[in-house]
Amino acid sequence: MSQVLTPKDVPLRRDRQPYAERHWGTWAGAAVAMAIVAALIASLATNKNLDYGVITRNLTAGPVLRGLLTTFVMSIVGMVIGLVLGTLVALARMSSNRVLQAVAFAYIWFFRGVPLLVQLLVWGNLGLLFATLSLRIPFTQIVLVEANTNKVVTATVAACLGLGLHEAAYMAEIVRGGILAVDVGQGEAATALGMTSSLAMRRIVLPQALRVIIPPTGNQFISLLKASSLVSVIAGGDLLTAVENISAVNYRTMELLAVASFWYLVIVSVLSIGQHFLERRLSRGHQR
Amino acid sequence: MTAQLEKPTAREALVRLSGVRKSFGDHEVLRGVDLQIDRGEVLCLIGPSGSGKSTLLRCINELETVDDGVVFLEDTPIGHIAEGGRLRRMRPRMVARQRREIGMVFQRFNLFPHMTVLENIVEAPVRVRREPIGEVRERAQGLLERVGLSTHADHYPAQLSGGQQQRVAIARALAMRPKLMLFDEPTSALDPELVGEVLDVMRGLARTGMTMVVVTHEMGFARDVADRIAFMDDGTIVEIGDPATVLGNPSHQRTRTFLTAIRR
Ligand SMILES: Nc1ncnc2c1ncn2[C@@H]1O[C@H](COP(=O)(O)OP(=O)(O)O)[C@@H](O)[C@H]1O
Ligand SMILES: [Mg+2]
Repeated sequence: MSQVLTPKDVPLRRDRQPYAERHWGTWAGAAVAMAIVAALIASLATNKNLDYGVITRNLTAGPVLRGLLTTFVMSIVGMVIGLVLGTLVALARMSSNRVLQAVAFAYIWFFRGVPLLVQLLVWGNLGLLFATLSLRIPFTQIVLVEANTNKVVTATVAACLGLGLHEAAYMAEIVRGGILAVDVGQGEAATALGMTSSLAMRRIVLPQALRVIIPPTGNQFISLLKASSLVSVIAGGDLLTAVENISAVNYRTMELLAVASFWYLVIVSVLSIGQHFLERRLSRGHQR
Repeated sequence: MTAQLEKPTAREALVRLSGVRKSFGDHEVLRGVDLQIDRGEVLCLIGPSGSGKSTLLRCINELETVDDGVVFLEDTPIGHIAEGGRLRRMRPRMVARQRREIGMVFQRFNLFPHMTVLENIVEAPVRVRREPIGEVRERAQGLLERVGLSTHADHYPAQLSGGQQQRVAIARALAMRPKLMLFDEPTSALDPELVGEVLDVMRGLARTGMTMVVVTHEMGFARDVADRIAFMDDGTIVEIGDPATVLGNPSHQRTRTFLTAIRR
């Protein structure tokens, strides 16, 4: 049986720092972590196989910067397609129309299910399936516009399409979750004021859903940016393709991967800062 | 739809419900409600929880669609068009147009949290009625004065007490210049000390001649302000009449039981 303490048994003197002596493990952990980091830095800094001159020279090389721009633009275009199409798919999924619901469901099922690498390869090789793309008046032979598929769907266009359509499937679920998180009373109050359902969605529900949508969207953007490196399989002209082209010539693989990593980290950092300010703006009216 | 289509009888009738039925699944919540509300009248709806009071209000502004019967606002059936002796469902856009004429105040306020008090009030007149923003702003300031919140225009709803939020919600509904105001237990979510300020605003509104249907458990308010009180139970209006009679000398046992229960 455990001993019962009465107030009389408890000493009245108080410790100033009751748990100070318990930081032992934390200190040990920090020491080990610092040792590992120091060893890593030392091994990289003194590594004879790593030529820092190659890194600094290629950091701002023309092809690298062009690749960087392509990666950035592709990610933005992919994300915009993802956001717009994703919102439409989410609204379709939540509509009362069964056909729209089914189409949205099938879209999410397909584009979320097939690996992005496979989707990119399909878009990049679309010419194998359709040699020409044409716009004609239905049920007639009159052709309005016709073009060589490989001319229209260049590697960059294929990359944007592939990334955007894939992203839309994920964004649809994120947007749907955001809309469902808004209190139904909000939509009812808007309806009772005479708003149509589209006005209520635009002015009342979506702005509130955005608060829930933005944080996971930031994550999506970052993973889309990194996934855009897959585009190198269809020679998309992105950052990774650019550094691979250089290392294919000078065999300095590690140095050029370091160049690519540096720029990916820069973009992600800039995006994170942007997200921070966006979230702060959207939290207007909400107390924490 | 098997509804009678004759026009409301009394000339001063603003709203008339005729044989209104509403079910959720197998559960019939409104079992044939007939009710007339005159222009300028204040009608209080009382009754036990689950008796269908909220559903009745929501059928008046078409937040719920009736299964049978008709709700008339003035001479027009809500949500339907009379065509060759039949009632046809209206397009959603037209229903929205009808709702402009009917203000509603909810138990849980439902202010838009991402907008300031002023933005909440201005939103619908500007976006729905397409009125010039300057004019609406002026009117909104006047309304805020009326509900005693003229210094709170730039606050966000989360910065206000429940009583203040509900007063803003009333101002927001009034900004659309409705012909009819519906209140669904407007003070039930409030701390007791905040109930009075909301009821005072509603009293003032009643004095201006606004037609009001108020679901409430505040018997004092009902006795003082209502022109008539309707007691609802199990989806029907059991008893309706002037406050003194319904509260003081009800003719139905169910009314007496309810009044005893809530006075305890
Ligand atoms: N959307 C709905 N779906 C299913 N049942 C509902 C719905 N709204 C109300 N009800 C049911 O209808 C009955 C009456 O509800 P309500 O009109 O809210 O009553 P009151 O406002 O008098 O308390 C209750 O039993 C409630 O559970
Ligand atoms: Mg209710």
